[in-house]
Amino acid sequence: MRAMNKNTEKNMVSAQISTQIWLRRAAVVLAAALLLYLRIPIEGGWFYYYLIKTVILALIVVCAFSDVASAIFFGSVFVGLYRYLESGDLLILIWTVAIYGLLVLSMAAAERIQSLKASIWFMFLTFPIMVIQVNTTQRTVEWRWDRMMMIGVAFYFLSYVWRYLIQRKEAGIKKAETGGEDALTLSQKLITNPKFSRPAVALAAVFFIAYPFIFSLYQVDIMTTALIYVVVALGLNIVVGLAGLLDLGYVAFFAVGAYAYALLNHHFGISFWICLPVGGALGFLFGILLGFPVLRLRGDYLAIVTLGFGEIIRLILENWNEFSFGPSGIANIPRPGFFGIHFSLQQNHTYIYFLMILLALFTIFVVRRLQDSRIGRAWMALREDEIACQAMGINKVRTKLSAFALGATWAGMGGVVFAAKTTFINPASFTIWESVIILCCVVLGGMGSIVGVISGALALKLLPEYFRAFSEYRMLTFGAVLVLMMVFRPGGIITDVRKVYRFGK
Amino acid sequence: MKRNDIHMTQPALTVSKLTMDFGGLRALDSLDLTVGKQEIVALIGPNGAGKTTLFNCITSIYTPTGGTVDLTNPKGPTHRLNGLKPDQVTARGMARTFQNIRLFQNMTVLENVMIGRHCRLKTGIPGAVFRPPNTRREEKAVIADSYEILKKFSLERFVNEFAKNLPYGAQRRLEIARAMATEPFLLLLDEPAAGMNAQETNELDELIVRLRDQDHISILLIEHDMKLVMSLSDRIYVVDYGRKIAEGTPDEVSKNPAVIKAYLGEDVDA
Repeated sequence: MRAMNKNTEKNMVSAQISTQIWLRRAAVVLAAALLLYLRIPIEGGWFYYYLIKTVILALIVVCAFSDVASAIFFGSVFVGLYRYLESGDLLILIWTVAIYGLLVLSMAAAERIQSLKASIWFMFLTFPIMVIQVNTTQRTVEWRWDRMMMIGVAFYFLSYVWRYLIQRKEAGIKKAETGGEDALTLSQKLITNPKFSRPAVALAAVFFIAYPFIFSLYQVDIMTTALIYVVVALGLNIVVGLAGLLDLGYVAFFAVGAYAYALLNHHFGISFWICLPVGGALGFLFGILLGFPVLRLRGDYLAIVTLGFGEIIRLILENWNEFSFGPSGIANIPRPGFFGIHFSLQQNHTYIYFLMILLALFTIFVVRRLQDSRIGRAWMALREDEIACQAMGINKVRTKLSAFALGATWAGMGGVVFAAKTTFINPASFTIWESVIILCCVVLGGMGSIVGVISGALALKLLPEYFRAFSEYRMLTFGAVLVLMMVFRPGGIITDVRKVYRFGK
Repeated sequence: MKRNDIHMTQPALTVSKLTMDFGGLRALDSLDLTVGKQEIVALIGPNGAGKTTLFNCITSIYTPTGGTVDLTNPKGPTHRLNGLKPDQVTARGMARTFQNIRLFQNMTVLENVMIGRHCRLKTGIPGAVFRPPNTRREEKAVIADSYEILKKFSLERFVNEFAKNLPYGAQRRLEIARAMATEPFLLLLDEPAAGMNAQETNELDELIVRLRDQDHISILLIEHDMKLVMSLSDRIYVVDYGRKIAEGTPDEVSKNPAVIKAYLGEDVDA
C-alpha cells in the first residue's frame, strides 16, 4: 500500500516537473522570437542597448539552462554578435569576447573550461585558413582576427550545447535504468494512446485529402514524390528495421519496378494498372534472387554485397543498350489511365497524388499486419539474435528470404509509380545515393516504427524542397542532422514502441 | 528415488560416438551419452571441456565431424538429427537455453515467449495479411498460451517489459519459459544457475523438478553448481578434454578418482 502511494506521488511529481520543463521551453522560444523581431529604441547609446538586451537574454537563458553564469555569457555573446553584425563595429565584438572571457575564466566549472579549451583549440586549428589571407595582387598578408573571434565564440557555444545535451541524454538513460516506468516520449504517447492518435489520424486525413485543392501543382508534385518514398521506405523498413538486414542496394528493386513498367509498356503496350502488380511481383522475385547469395552474410558483409547488387543492376541498365536503351533512358512513358478518360495536366497530377495516397495506405495496412503477425515476430527475432532465433524453431532461410522479398515488393511498386509519374527514366535515377537516402528515411525516422519511417521519408523529401534557398548547404545540414540524431536520438524521430498486451486480472 | 533403471529402456536422446573438430583441435572425442524419458541428466566438467560444444552439436548449431544424434519422441518416432537445421531440431521436440543469456532483448517478455510458439503455428504471408478467422484464432490462442506459460514461471508481472530490462534471475527463467513454449520433451539447459544466489538456485531446483514431474520432460543440463547437480540429477556425465571420463549416479561420480583428479588436479608428493 505504501509502495503504491509512493509510486503515485512520484508520478505526480514527475508530471509536474515535465510541465515545468515544457512551460520553460515555450517561454524560451517565445522570448527569443520576440527579441529577434523587436528592436527597442533606447536612448543613451549602444552601451545601454547592450545592457538591456543582455539582461533580457540572460533571463531567457536562465529559464532554459537554470544556470546564471552561462546565461550571462550567452546573453553577452549573443548581443555582441548582434551589435557587430548591425554596425560592423569590431570593437563591440572584442568587448564582448573580453567580458565573457573574464567570466569564463572566473568560473571553475569543468564544463565551461572544457568548452573554452575546445573553442581555443578550434581557433588554433582554423587559424591558417580563417585568419591568414594572402593578397596576391597587392603582395600583402591580411590578418583577419575578427574571424578568429567569431570561431571562438561559435565553438564555445557549440561545445557547451553539445556537452549539455550529452549530459541530459546520460541523465535520461540513468532515469530509464533506475525504474522509469513511463519512459515513453511525447511522440510515442501520441501514437499509442487512442485519445491522441485518433484525432491526429483524422487531422492528417483531412489534410491529405484537401492538399491538392489548396496547394499549387508544384506542391502536389513534391508531395507525390515524397509519398513514393514513404512506400519505398516502408518496404526497406521490413528489411532493415524489422529483420535487421542492412541493405545498401535497395534502389535496385526500385529500378526493377520502374524499368518493368517502362519496358513492358514500350514493347507490349501493357497498361499501368497491370504493371503495378507485375512490378511488385518482379520486386519480390528479385528480392529472393538477392536473398539467396546473402543468406549466410551478416552486418558489414551483407551491406557490401547488397551495395554491389545495387550497382550491378544500375550498370546493366546503363550498358545493355539493346535491353534498356542505356544512359539515354526511356521517354514518353504514359501516365496511369483511368477508364480511358482524358485528364488535363492539373487533373493528372491530382490523380497520381491520390493514387499514391491509396498505395501508401495499402502499404501501411499490409506492413502493419505483417509486423503484427507470426512472420513479423520472426523477423524481429532474427534481428535480435540469429542463433537464438533458430534455436527457437524459426527457419532462418525462409525468414530472411521473406524479408528481402516482401521489402523489395514495395520498391517494385514504388518504381512503377515513379516511372509513370516522371514519364521518363534513366539509370541516373537509381544510383547508390538514392539507396542511401531511402536508408536515411528509415534510420532517421525510426527503425521498425511505421509512423517514424513515414515521418522520416516525408521530412527527407519535403524539407529540401521547402528550403531550396539553402540548397548549397543541403549536404552540410544533412550530415550534421545525421550525426546529431545518431548521438542524441539513435532510435530515430519516433522510436518503435512495442505492442502492449492487456490481460484480465 | 532414482529412476534410471525404469527409463533407460527407451532413451529420449541417444548420442553415440560424437566427434567435433575445430581445425586441428578435437573438442569432442567420440562421446556417448543417453538421456532417458523423464530423466534429469547433468553434464559436468572443467571449463573448456566441451560441454557447450556438445550442446551445439546436439542442437545442430554445429555440424559434428562424426557420430550420430537420435531423438526419440515418447509418443512416436525416432529422428536422426544429423544434417537437420536447428529449427528442425526444435520442431522435433528438443529445446535449449544458452549459457550467456540470449533473449530477444528489444522485444517484450510476452513476445519472447510468443517466438517460442512460432514453430507450433502455421500462419504464412497471406494469412498474416488477410487475417482469415483461423489466423485470428491462432493469434488469440498464442497470446493466451504465452501468458499462461509466463504465469507458470511467475513472470506475468513483466509481461510488457522489454526482456533486457528484467532482473537477471527473471531473464534466466524467461529463457526456460521461452524454450518450454516450443513444447519440447527434452530440454537442454546450459548453466541455468550461473550467477544466481542460493535462494534463486533453490527455486531453480524446484522449477526443474516441477518441469519433469508436471510436463513429463527429460532434462539435460550443464552446471557448475555441484550442490544443485548432486541434488537434482538422476545421472551425471563427467567430460574433460572432449572425452567422457566418468558416468553414473551422483554418489558414484563423486567418489570416482578420475573425476577428483580432473577437478582437483593430481596429488603431488613433494
